[in-house]
Amino acid sequence: MNYDVAIVGAGITGTMIAYKLAKYNLNIVLLDKGNDVAVGTTKANSAIVHAGFDAKPNTMKCKMNVAGAKAMGGICEELHVPYKQNGSLVVAFSNDELPHLQELFERGKKNGVDGLKIVSKDELLKLEPNINPEATGALFATTGAIVCPYELCVATAENAVINGVVFRRNFEVKSLVAEGDIFSISSATETLRAKIVINAAGLYADRIAAMIGDNSFTITPRRGEYILLDKNASGLVRHTVFQCPTKMGKGVLITPTVDNNILVGPTAEDITDKSDVSTTISGLDAVVSKAKKSVPNLPTRDTITSFAGLRAHCDKDDFVISFSQANKNLINVAGIESPGLASSPAIADEIVQLLGGVVNLQLKRNYKTGRKNPVRFREMDNEQRKKIISQNSAYGQVICRCELVTEGEIIDAIKSPVGAVDLDGVKRRTRAGMGRCQSGFCGSKVMEILARELGVPIEDITKDGGNSNILIKAGA
Amino acid sequence: MRTADLVVIGGGPAGMAAALSAYEQGIKDIVIIERAETLGGILNQCIHTGFGLHFFKEELSGPEYAARFADFVKKTDIKVSLNTMVLDVQPLKEGGGVITSVSKQEGITDIKAKAIVLAMGCRERPRGAINIAGSRPSGVFTAGAAQKFVNIDGKIPGKEVVILGSGDIGLIMARRMTFEGAKVKLVCELMPYSSGLTRNIVQCLDDFNIPLRFNCTAIEVRGKDRVEGVVVANVDEKTKKPLMDTAEFIKCDTLLLSVGLLPENELSRKTGIEFDRMTSGAVVSQSRETSLAGIFACGNVLHVHDLVDNVTAESQIAGRGAADFIKNSGKKHNYIAAKGMNGVRYIVPQRIDKDCGEDVKLYFRVSDVFKGKSIKVSSGDKVLATHKKPKLTPGEMENVVLKADMIKGISNDIVVEVG
Repeated sequence: MNYDVAIVGAGITGTMIAYKLAKYNLNIVLLDKGNDVAVGTTKANSAIVHAGFDAKPNTMKCKMNVAGAKAMGGICEELHVPYKQNGSLVVAFSNDELPHLQELFERGKKNGVDGLKIVSKDELLKLEPNINPEATGALFATTGAIVCPYELCVATAENAVINGVVFRRNFEVKSLVAEGDIFSISSATETLRAKIVINAAGLYADRIAAMIGDNSFTITPRRGEYILLDKNASGLVRHTVFQCPTKMGKGVLITPTVDNNILVGPTAEDITDKSDVSTTISGLDAVVSKAKKSVPNLPTRDTITSFAGLRAHCDKDDFVISFSQANKNLINVAGIESPGLASSPAIADEIVQLLGGVVNLQLKRNYKTGRKNPVRFREMDNEQRKKIISQNSAYGQVICRCELVTEGEIIDAIKSPVGAVDLDGVKRRTRAGMGRCQSGFCGSKVMEILARELGVPIEDITKDGGNSNILIKAGA
Repeated sequence: MRTADLVVIGGGPAGMAAALSAYEQGIKDIVIIERAETLGGILNQCIHTGFGLHFFKEELSGPEYAARFADFVKKTDIKVSLNTMVLDVQPLKEGGGVITSVSKQEGITDIKAKAIVLAMGCRERPRGAINIAGSRPSGVFTAGAAQKFVNIDGKIPGKEVVILGSGDIGLIMARRMTFEGAKVKLVCELMPYSSGLTRNIVQCLDDFNIPLRFNCTAIEVRGKDRVEGVVVANVDEKTKKPLMDTAEFIKCDTLLLSVGLLPENELSRKTGIEFDRMTSGAVVSQSRETSLAGIFACGNVLHVHDLVDNVTAESQIAGRGAADFIKNSGKKHNYIAAKGMNGVRYIVPQRIDKDCGEDVKLYFRVSDVFKGKSIKVSSGDKVLATHKKPKLTPGEMENVVLKADMIKGISNDIVVEVG
């Protein structure tokens, strides 16, 4: 069968595109080389829906950010994704930095961002009592928000699949050959065919483009390291606290997450290995020392984990969202670094626009909005809990005690339209393993449930696909 | 609402001993709430021996020790709710509180108890808390989690192992993995001494020629999907910062972490009881009563123990204390504080009722290794006791007994120090 559209890459860019295109009568396949959706940069970023004042005017980043941020709340509500408009603060720490705030304020207004104001030192300290008392003022963007990026990715993918999109895991595109008006898309073992290819391959978007002779852009992995603090530290800051931006990016921020952890980071370091998400001693030290400029008594003792993500930085310094010069049936959606998450709804709309110019888009008659609202036992009151347990006793068995996740929720995560197949997949969908004991207690239990539900030996259960098995096979 | 005289949270050795001791004191309506499928707690996976040398005068394995108590419990009409997780404890002004728990079979249950014993044990410090840099592949386990795979599930977590931390769990797992055919290449210890029992160093490392390196730590994990190796380095003894010119890559597929146990007080913190920063457990009186009336704590949730025999002894005290509270809750207390200084890191109990009329055993740990010193117990200017101790080490809990008549006569805080 020939697909109408193949989307290469199931990060937030790819899944949001799938979600928007699924409204139309198209046969769509969504591919990812990983074991799941959201396994690249989407699971390792600041989780911020930027208001849009930082983006340079008249760039794609700017246009997409402002429009995307405005649409995000509505999409999260439809898809039951945690989202919170907590507001952002860009803090100046000297009088020299104050003009910078003014510059961002002007830029924001020019970009069409509402709810911006400059606040004085006193107002700032009222908004954020733990801020460095040396701060001189801040830009307050009331529309700044936080979201759960991987849950948004899973949710958009689920709605897409509910509406007929086919999701193929572990499909690494090794070759892309145009045969007239049809592409042959091949992994090591299989070939699919599609009329249109959407290249949303993140860090590898330049490699996909190169397969059809398009060498118009390069993607450099720009690593960012983070530390995550225990929910005990919740309340340290209530807004997303930025420092004044530098050439390399928005700088180290301190932000609550939608789950009430505190996220600190990122650094910004260009590396060469597109798969190297390791943290470094110097990087983690830099996160802490830079963050302390904003909040001097950062409770590092409350660290529960650290991680790194790679931004797909494009040499064009802007999003590349256009038909490839090398083939009119391939759309590049590349260089989606910050503000990529905030921009994702608008980027997807842009793709619908571009596609509409070359393909007859007809709305599906039986299109279904939303997705099943995931049970979140920890957020329920005891009456609601009693009710679901009486409907399904699996919700009465607590598996992850740190995050209060029940067996019922884990089974749901495995059986959902884009189901979890490994420990990290269960973790991203349910939060089992994200708490302060970092899966010390629940890890083996989640493995048992995965093995049972997937019908495989427990030795086959992996952390995140590939060879990341937890246990050694007997006789190995 | 359901009621009970005593609810014990946790059915490990601490919970079972507390429940049994309260029962022996005449308290009949007792419920033990346990989240696992069986009683026994962590003992169920501690298949090595050395348990019960003091209490039973026998050398038992963990499961055997636990089974003895589970059998005692079975012979009484103490109720046991298994597969049940306590969600919340709401203290009541008159003492005790309301315990909310959840299970498949019962759904959400509230029990109003006249007294509560907190016996939730402890959890292991994970990788994230000590922030080892590098990649995040599979193959990094806390030692106890690996022990559960091997001893309960009969599965092998790895074949070439590096262990960080020479605490007892790390030492026991070094031997255990070796027995299952793994190659344990190195045990790294951050401090210049081990925090484990001396007998474990001998029986788990020396006997198997497993190298132990002090002043050493893991600084980086390498590996894409699975651990491929670990970088270890020596550390500066004072600052504990790695000395990068000593960094060495050790090929392995597994890193086991034995880097600290943390009393599992998440439930307790919600109640507002007073905590001791040094133990990470509740501040308690000699009867193990916390700062909230009728709420008691014992075992690892109070302070991390080395010997389960001490857990049992302490929990029996808590059980008796709970029984006493249930029978006469209005009793007034005349507390004096007990503190550790000059090398004594903490003391449990942190306060003693001057009118308790019984001997009180003070448990404590030292903050460093001391050889040929004494332990001095004093109150104001009065020296109450001096005990010569040839060797004191943080890894081995010590105790000193205060006689009843000694306690009655003091008016200043009790200080225990190394002298």
